[in-house]
Amino acid sequence: MTLLVGIHFVVGLAIVALGDRLDRRALRVGALAPAAVVVWLCTRLGGVLEGRAVTETTRWVPKLGLALDFRLDAFAALMVVLVSGLGVVVMIYAVGYFPVRKEGQARLIGVLVCFSGSMLGLVLADNLLLLATFWELTAITSFLLIGNDHTDRAARAAALQAVLTTGFGGLAMLGGFIVIGHAAGTYRLSAILAAPPSGTTVTVGLVLVLLGAASKSAQYPFHSWLPGAMVAPTPVSAYLHSATMVKAGVYLVARFALPFAAAPGWRVLVVTIGLVTMIAGGLRSLRQTDLKLLLAFGTISQLGFMFVLFGAGTAATVQAGCVLLLAHGLFKAALFMGVGVIDHQTGTRDVDRLPVLGRAWRPVILVMGVSAASMAGVPLALGFVAKEAAYESLLHDHTIAGRLVLVGVVAGSILTFAYSARLVWGAFVAPRRRGAADATPSTTPARSFIAPIAVVALATVVAGVAPSLLDSLVGGSSRSLAAGAAAPAAHLALWHGLGGALVLTIVTYAVGVGLHLASERVAPVLASGSICPDGSSGYRTVLRSMNRFADVITGTVQNGSLPVYAGVVLLTAATLPAVALLHGAPWPALPPFADGPAQVVLASLIVSAALAAALVRRRFAAALFLGMAGYAMAGLFVAQGDPDLALTQTAIETLTTVLFVLVLRRLPDRFERTGSIAGRPARLAIAGLVGATVFVFALVAAGERVGPPVSDEMTARALPDGGGRNIVNVILVDFRGFDTLGEITVLAAAAIGAVALARAGRRPGSAVGDAARGDAVGGDSPDTALDPAPMVGSPSAPSIVRRVFHLDQSVSVIFYVMLMASLYLLFAGHNQPGGGFVGGLVAGAAVALRYVAGGIDEVRRVSPLKPWTILGSGIVIAAVCALTPVLWGHPVLDNGYVKGHVPLVGTVKVSSATVFDAGVYLVVIGLVLMVVEAFGERFTRREASAASAPERVA
Amino acid sequence: MTVVLAALAAVLFAIGTYLVLQRKLSRIIIGVGLMGHGGNVLFLVAGRRGLPPLVGSGPASEFGDPLPQAMILTAIVITFGVTALLLALAYRSWLLTDDDEVEDDVSDRVIAGGGYLDREVSDAEPLPGTEPSITESGAGS
Repeated sequence: MTLLVGIHFVVGLAIVALGDRLDRRALRVGALAPAAVVVWLCTRLGGVLEGRAVTETTRWVPKLGLALDFRLDAFAALMVVLVSGLGVVVMIYAVGYFPVRKEGQARLIGVLVCFSGSMLGLVLADNLLLLATFWELTAITSFLLIGNDHTDRAARAAALQAVLTTGFGGLAMLGGFIVIGHAAGTYRLSAILAAPPSGTTVTVGLVLVLLGAASKSAQYPFHSWLPGAMVAPTPVSAYLHSATMVKAGVYLVARFALPFAAAPGWRVLVVTIGLVTMIAGGLRSLRQTDLKLLLAFGTISQLGFMFVLFGAGTAATVQAGCVLLLAHGLFKAALFMGVGVIDHQTGTRDVDRLPVLGRAWRPVILVMGVSAASMAGVPLALGFVAKEAAYESLLHDHTIAGRLVLVGVVAGSILTFAYSARLVWGAFVAPRRRGAADATPSTTPARSFIAPIAVVALATVVAGVAPSLLDSLVGGSSRSLAAGAAAPAAHLALWHGLGGALVLTIVTYAVGVGLHLASERVAPVLASGSICPDGSSGYRTVLRSMNRFADVITGTVQNGSLPVYAGVVLLTAATLPAVALLHGAPWPALPPFADGPAQVVLASLIVSAALAAALVRRRFAAALFLGMAGYAMAGLFVAQGDPDLALTQTAIETLTTVLFVLVLRRLPDRFERTGSIAGRPARLAIAGLVGATVFVFALVAAGERVGPPVSDEMTARALPDGGGRNIVNVILVDFRGFDTLGEITVLAAAAIGAVALARAGRRPGSAVGDAARGDAVGGDSPDTALDPAPMVGSPSAPSIVRRVFHLDQSVSVIFYVMLMASLYLLFAGHNQPGGGFVGGLVAGAAVALRYVAGGIDEVRRVSPLKPWTILGSGIVIAAVCALTPVLWGHPVLDNGYVKGHVPLVGTVKVSSATVFDAGVYLVVIGLVLMVVEAFGERFTRREASAASAPERVA
Repeated sequence: MTVVLAALAAVLFAIGTYLVLQRKLSRIIIGVGLMGHGGNVLFLVAGRRGLPPLVGSGPASEFGDPLPQAMILTAIVITFGVTALLLALAYRSWLLTDDDEVEDDVSDRVIAGGGYLDREVSDAEPLPGTEPSITESGAGS
């Protein structure tokens, strides 16, 4: 069965993928999939009807209780007859319906086949979760089929409404399934139904399932998507929205009806929903002039009828329901296809515009007449058998509620009779009465177009004349629905003898005929029904208020203000730990005040620099105070005994200052006061809270140390395992090498981001516009004061910065000295203070020095490679170094070394950690070069163009 | 671990927070830098003070804790990368607006003002001549 369901999706998706290349052959290919199912069903039917269900299980996600459990019992077989049998018929019918090749047609057919597979899976699924999966697949394919013509606004809206309504129901149903499956301890449908769980949660679950079933089967108040779905082409309407998909809800109710009949509220709810739908749908149907809409509301009404029969939950009503299910599938598909033929040939299906359909149309009139008779419940058609069985079964209930249900069903059947008559009258008689023109001969439908409908109509008649043919199918279905409980065999018959059912049937016909004859007088009464709010307006109201609610929430939560976002984040970060600390954190004794006077002095230096950075009104001053705080931090590191940190901090601070200078020379010198004085108390409060939390957290966390630090082991193993004496460096390149690998990746990303942001939108030769912009602020911008080389040389020369000889010479000497120093730091770093980071930063500082002396061209001249090449090769070296040990079966970043003898130097040991560190070194140099490239260039370009247009400067 | 270090971290975080809550990108960048320093001081608080952790330079028990030092080293360099990226943002902002002020997001303000209309939802609004004129789309005629 997995295979059969799978075939549908393979075929369907293949048709979609091949697109219009398949032409109309797609339909014939598509019909193969359901045809295969029909053949398969025929081979299995005998055993299944005798009660031997075919099961099949494929494991899928065992942990979730999810398996591809399929089970074919008699009721499933009845559904498969509808799904695949009608599937074949509809596909063949579509050959006539889509005579010309059209855009999107192959997609429609492919999705139709996929739908057929989903529906097949739905009725065969024996696992609630699997059933829900197929349930949603039918909703999605239905959405695609309704909205296949995506240029049509009405089709889009209808598709959206259908998928939202049934999707909402499907979600509720999934919730119900989980509740029920949890209570039962299994998701296996047959097991749950054989031993149904009970209790309050199960009742809630059943109501949720019912929501899903009612929305899928277009029951009030969720019915309004179904008429809208009629924008889809007729084969889709006939197949999905009358014969199969809308029956999914009925199918589910039928499965649950007998085992859960005793669950509180279930029966009342199902029957009430069904009755309301049956009568309201019938009334609405009588108001329609569009034949397809008339049928659509008729479908809603009949689905309500089925809800009533299955919901009543006795063996007899369930048998009647099974017959009705089958009968409705046959006559409604035939009627839809018949209306499709009329619409297709004459171009209209409106009662008031139809032409007279003459002799040539007799086959259509015949098949539609037979089907309409079946719908009305006229003898010799299957619908009569179903209605008789329904009356008969409901007559047995002598309670007041039972009588009310019977009255409701009779009323609904009267309406059904009336709208059936209206359909036949409107299609074939009314145009003649109106004196409409005859249909032109060219519109006469081809026999091959009618043939599929005739097959279905024939089935209606055969089963109607000899209903005992269906005994074993209906009897077997009711047995399988009873899920183990005893169920009587079915004896379907045309003649039930003189009795209550016959009286009710005569009443039905009489009143139905009366209603039809009096239709002129009844029409105003029916029209007054339009003042009732219909489901569509309710749907739109819900949708609109949901959108408004979303707007309000979004407008509040996402108000677009960065300070508000940052404030909320920081406040949360401060408040939550503070609350946790106040709730039972053990308060340690206060640690010593300070480790010597140096710490106090440096701390107060940092604090005053930080305060100054926050308070000054000039950007440059603020940046310089930040730098001062950084150098003081380096001093603090020295005082703490961390030479690596002190080195790194110093180098970084130098580079950061250069970076600030590069960018801030563009920006206005001073911060303008911008309005937000009102926010200051809030900012101060949040800042104070964050500070207080940090203070308390630091004291508590440091005092809470109980175990020995993990670094003791690192200290012990640095030399034997890591092969280095500098423990910090060994940690960076070996013990926590993964961190470092991640970190340099982040650095590379930041560097690329900075270059991308700074150079975005730049085109060669567009520097003049930038120059104008630069000059706009150039007058009071600090660059003239602070740029080390603001003077402009010859505008035509490639290097436009005026070279100062002694500066030039001393810089190039210092540059190489610094490079040597950086290499020393890199290689010595494993055993002495230093390492790739520090080395790279020192080299970066050397580059910055070069930039200060000679501008970007000077930097480009001394760097043999592009910045991104250096950056990238650094990452590649580090990554290769990290991954190489894997080739020999060692863990990632495992340390190894090569010893060799180099003349003059002696024995040299190259450790893999050093190579890794070299990668880090290159990444840091690349980062600095990238940043200089990002911010350094425009300055020179601007100066160049300013020099070539001196009037601007003036 | 001393009171002075805890207080230093607290003050750096407080000033950093105050600056981050502003609208000028250059102030925010300085705030981020100060918070970075504060975070490094917190690492110092977590570690043990002592001799430089170089094997052979002294007894291992007198070394400073090397792990927080390695983490601070990482943090310092990352902060530099963050600063570079933020400065690039400020630079970009200056190119576009002549300033580095972060304005409120315009489309967010529009949503907050209720002037937002989803097109698919407007699709769901009543069609001209609703119910009776549902015409088949696709290959109808």
